[in-house]
Amino acid sequence: MLLVLPAFGLAGLLTSSCHPDADVQPTVTVPGSVLPANFPVPTYALETNPPTQQAFELGRTLFYDPQLSRTGEVSCGSCHQQFVAFANADHRVSHGVANRLGTRNAPALQNLRWKSNFFWDGGPKNLETLPLAPLTNPVEMDETLENVLRKLNADPDYPRRFTAVYGTSPIDSYQLLRALAQFTASLTSANSRYDHYVRQEAGGTLSASELSGKALFATKCATCHSTDLFTDGSFRNNGLDRSFAADSGRAHITRVASDLGLFKVPSLRNVARTAPYMHDGRFQTLVQVLDHYDQGVVDSPTLDPLLRQPSSQFGIALSAQEKSDLLAFLATLTDEQFIKDKRLAERQP
Amino acid sequence: MLFSKLSSLWLALAFTAITFTSCDKDDTTPADSVGGVDIEFDNVVGNSPLALNTGNYTTAAGDQFTVTTFNYYISNIRLTKADGTAYVQPDSYYLVSQADDASKHLSLKDVPVGDYTGITFTIGVDSTRNVSGAQTGALDPSNNMFWTWNSGYIFMKLEGTSPQASRGGLLFHIGGFQHPYNTIRTISPSFNGTTLMVRTDHSPEIHMQADVLKMFASPNQIRFANLSNSMGGATSVQVADNYSKSGMFTVAHIHAN
Repeated sequence: MLLVLPAFGLAGLLTSSCHPDADVQPTVTVPGSVLPANFPVPTYALETNPPTQQAFELGRTLFYDPQLSRTGEVSCGSCHQQFVAFANADHRVSHGVANRLGTRNAPALQNLRWKSNFFWDGGPKNLETLPLAPLTNPVEMDETLENVLRKLNADPDYPRRFTAVYGTSPIDSYQLLRALAQFTASLTSANSRYDHYVRQEAGGTLSASELSGKALFATKCATCHSTDLFTDGSFRNNGLDRSFAADSGRAHITRVASDLGLFKVPSLRNVARTAPYMHDGRFQTLVQVLDHYDQGVVDSPTLDPLLRQPSSQFGIALSAQEKSDLLAFLATLTDEQFIKDKRLAERQP
Repeated sequence: MLFSKLSSLWLALAFTAITFTSCDKDDTTPADSVGGVDIEFDNVVGNSPLALNTGNYTTAAGDQFTVTTFNYYISNIRLTKADGTAYVQPDSYYLVSQADDASKHLSLKDVPVGDYTGITFTIGVDSTRNVSGAQTGALDPSNNMFWTWNSGYIFMKLEGTSPQASRGGLLFHIGGFQHPYNTIRTISPSFNGTTLMVRTDHSPEIHMQADVLKMFASPNQIRFANLSNSMGGATSVQVADNYSKSGMFTVAHIHAN
C-alpha cells in the first residue's frame, strides 16, 4: 500500500497537469482500483484515467441513464445487466430503441481494462471511445453525440456533477467519455473461487472434478482462452458455419478475406451466467457449447487450425466425463462478489 | 518498507520530471526568437472557388457533380530549412471545413525564427491518434469525422450529388489506417523557390490550394457511375492516392507580411 498510494496520487497530478480532469483525489474504494495480482499488465492503465469516487459515481449514473438513448428507453445497463456479469440475460441478440433487434449477442462487460479492442469484431479500439458505437447505432441507442450532450447540459443535476469533476463547462464529449470509462474500467471480476484458488486465498478449494476440469482446460482450451483473463484477445473461426453471409465478423473491420468468419475469443469468466453463447447467441447452454466443439465444428477456408485434427476430424474430442469435469471447472469462474457488488448496481432512488 | 518509501520518492521525482517536460513545450525556445506562420486553405474546383450546394462542376472525365460537404484533416505540420533541420509543430491537428471559414485559416504560433524552404504535413490523422481515447478540439468526435463502429477518423469527407451516380448521391468518406487499406498520406507541396521568412515581427502566410477535381482524376480515374460511395477499404485507398500523388494540395503563393 505504501507504494501504491503515493503512485496513485502522482499519476493523478501528472494527468491533471495536461488534461482538464480537475478532481484528483486518489481513492482505493472505487471498484477495480486495485489490480488483481494474477492478471497481466492492463492496456488501460490506472493512471490513464485515475479512479476517483466522484468521477466513478458520475460514470455509474451515466451507465444506467436511459436519457442517453434517442427515445429515453434504453441505457447501457439495459443490455448489460450486472446479475449476469453485464451480459444480456436470455437475449440471443440485444434489443435497442423501439424494440429494434441487434445482430450480435451483447457480451459480458468485465475486465475491459485489459482489452485492446472491443466487440466481436474488434472495431472499437479504445475503452473511452467505445460507447460512441452503441450510442449512435440505429438498432441500439440511436442517438447523436450532439443530442446526448445537449440533454446532459440541460439536466438539473449533471452540469454541477461534471463541473465538480472536470472543472470546466459545458459538458463536452471528452468529459462524457472519460466519465463513462471511469465506470466501465472499474468492472473487474477477479474474485471467483478459481481466483482464490490460484492466489491461495481462503475459500480457494477446488473439488476433484473441478481440478480434473482445470487440467483438461489447460490442455484443450487454454491456447485460446489463455491467462487468467481466459482469452488471448485473438479472432478465430471456431467452426460454427460454412459461409458468413450473415456476419463476416472480423472481416467487417479489416476487409481481408482471411478474416471472414473470425470472431473475438470471449473471456470465460462468469461464463456459467452469460448464456446465450457465441456471437449470435445460438447456444442456450454450456453443454451445447461443449457439444459443438466435440461434434459440431464445420469446415470452411478460415477454420482455426487448432480445430483441425490430424485424423482429418474437426473440433476437440471430449468424452462425457471430460465435459462434466470441464463444466464443473467453468462454474468455478463465477464471481458472486462481482455480480452482487452494490457499488456497481444502478442506484435506487 | 524502507524500500517502498524510497521507491515512492523516486516515483515522485520521476513523475514530476515527466509532468514538467511533457507539458512545457517551449522551454527551449525563448519568446524573443519565435514568430508566427499562417496557412490559408483555399478549396477550389479546377479554376473556380468551391461553392457548397450551388456550384455545378464537371470532373476531367466528364461527370457532373455538386458538393454539399467538404472537410479534411491536416496534421503533423513540419517546416523545413535548407540545411535539413525542421520545426515540428507539437499537437498539430486541424480540421478544415469548407462550411466554416475560420477553420480554413491555420495559425501556427511559436515557430522559431529562420528561413524555411519547405512544408510537410499529413492529410488525415496519424495512426496513434486514431486509436487514442477521448479527445478535444479538431479531434473531438463531435465533429462527425470519427467512425464509431471501427475506431478511426474520416480523413477527408466529400458529400454531394451527381446525375451519374447510381443513387444520385456522392459519399466519399476517406479513412482507414491499417494495412492493407491505409489512407494516411503525408505530402510536401513545393514552395516553388520561395523562402518562408519567420521573424519575431513578421508572420508570413502560406496560401495553399486544394483542388477537388484532383481527387477524381489520377492516377485512379474515378467515374461516379462506378464509384460514388467509399467508406474506407480499397476504393478509399484509390482516392487517397489521387489526393497525394496528383498535386491536389499546392502552395499558390507565400505572403512575406
